[in-house]
Amino acid sequence: MNFKAMSLISAVALALPTFGAADPVDDQLVINEDIEIVTKTTAAPHLEGHLDEVMSGWLFRSDSTRDMERDDFDNPGMIFAEQGAEIWNTADGTEGKSCADCHGAPEDMAGVRAVYPKWNEAAGEVRTLQMQINDCRENRMGAKAWGYDKGGSMPMEALLASVSRGLPVNVEIDGPAKETWEKGKEIYYTRYGQLELSCANCHEENYGNMIRADHLSQGQINGFPTYRLKNTKLNGSHSRFKGCIRDTRAETFNPGSPEFVALELYVASRGNGLSVEGPSVRN
Amino acid sequence: MRFTTLTLAAVFAAGIAQADAVAPGDVKFNEGAVEQSLTGMPGNAEEGFKIYASKQLGNCVACHEISSVDAQFPGDVGPMLDGAGERWTEAQLRGILVNSKMTFEGTVMPSYYRVDGFTRPGKVYTGKAADDSFGPLLSAQQIEDVVAYLSTLKDS
Ligand code: HEC
Ligand code: HEC
Repeated sequence: MNFKAMSLISAVALALPTFGAADPVDDQLVINEDIEIVTKTTAAPHLEGHLDEVMSGWLFRSDSTRDMERDDFDNPGMIFAEQGAEIWNTADGTEGKSCADCHGAPEDMAGVRAVYPKWNEAAGEVRTLQMQINDCRENRMGAKAWGYDKGGSMPMEALLASVSRGLPVNVEIDGPAKETWEKGKEIYYTRYGQLELSCANCHEENYGNMIRADHLSQGQINGFPTYRLKNTKLNGSHSRFKGCIRDTRAETFNPGSPEFVALELYVASRGNGLSVEGPSVRN
Repeated sequence: MRFTTLTLAAVFAAGIAQADAVAPGDVKFNEGAVEQSLTGMPGNAEEGFKIYASKQLGNCVACHEISSVDAQFPGDVGPMLDGAGERWTEAQLRGILVNSKMTFEGTVMPSYYRVDGFTRPGKVYTGKAADDSFGPLLSAQQIEDVVAYLSTLKDS
């Protein structure tokens, strides 16, 4: 039965015209006529048997949405990065220090976004960029931690992403981070909710296809935080994960949860080799 | 919440027949097919079409297209359903709807009349855990209606 059904399906599929419109576009992203962004590259070795090529979500968006990312003046996400730069230079907390007091100019942080989430030896855990930022706020500045994907977190993450644009995502998955990475991988392939859909069902098996009006991408996070035209604000990757899991009619995990920290590491590693592109523009 | 209201409405509409419906856990499969009508009554193809096309109900158009139907934004994750009523018997269509996995191993198509075996089932699209209101994606009557509609798709 199974076999018969499957061959019927392939027969049907073969008879269908292909939907050229749904394929990712063939286009190059250069920001401000200066920063070259790798939006498509050979997949990292750990993806063997799963994906040959990895692609930024940028290639799956419409012409007008893609164009907004070519120039910082047209990219609404950059307004938040500028807010981030203000926060960067403003003293906060009981120690009266700003980020700049310890780290210098934001540009001195180029390359940081590209390697997070990352193992923190002293803490004995994998930390996302937001966790690290909050560690600085609480322990070095005597300031209150920001909520996950909220408050100052988004502008600050946008700022730190913007100064790393063009550098390759390169998160470490071996060594002490391995256990967390494995956990993230398990989550990625788990079919959650009443609709029983995993990240892989949509973003590995069906990227390029349409799910209703949505053109499915590979669900990469090299472009985060992303400015979405839909909600006109910056969105963090954990909030995106939450929305995708909710859409399977599942009980989700929350931004900042150990599950999403692990998932962020794993999804980031699927984009190793793509350029950091945030803050990006999506629909 | 939305789901409960809809199910309730269906229960009232279908009256006694619905009360006698085969429960999700009691459906008998024969090689993926389900011979017995879930309600004991033929479905209504017109209602079935509405369920097929409605985002709130079957939302089949999220993944499928039918060339004779002018649906806004049909998806193409699943195959085109033109001629589905010719390729499959009524019993097979019922089986595919009740639990798609019995016909297509590992398919991404959801099971529309099943209530167990899920990982972290939620309360509709709230992101919260499922509670007492949890039920199958479609009622027995709705399944029969969609089966009736799909059976009309003869020309491939
Ligand atoms: C039911 C289908 C579905 C499932 C399951 C799903 N997603 Fe998505 N996801 C989408 C759609 C639709 C979009 C918007 C279009 C796009 O970028 O693919 C999206 C977008 C995304 C994006 C934004 C990509 C960008 O470039 O801005 C990320 C990241 C993402 N998903 C990750 C995940 C992860 C991780 C999981 C599992 C926890 C997951 N998704 C599960 C449908 C799904
Ligand atoms: C998330 C995607 C998705 C949704 C939603 C979905 N399907 Fe499917 N469906 C599929 C896929 C994929 C297949 C092909 C089976 C396979 O190989 O996995 C399929 C197969 C089928 C088939 C057999 C295909 C043929 O014509 O030979 C029928 C009939 C069908 N679906 C009807 C429906 C109906 C009716 C609904 C809504 C009540 C629905 N589907 C909802 C993905 C989906």
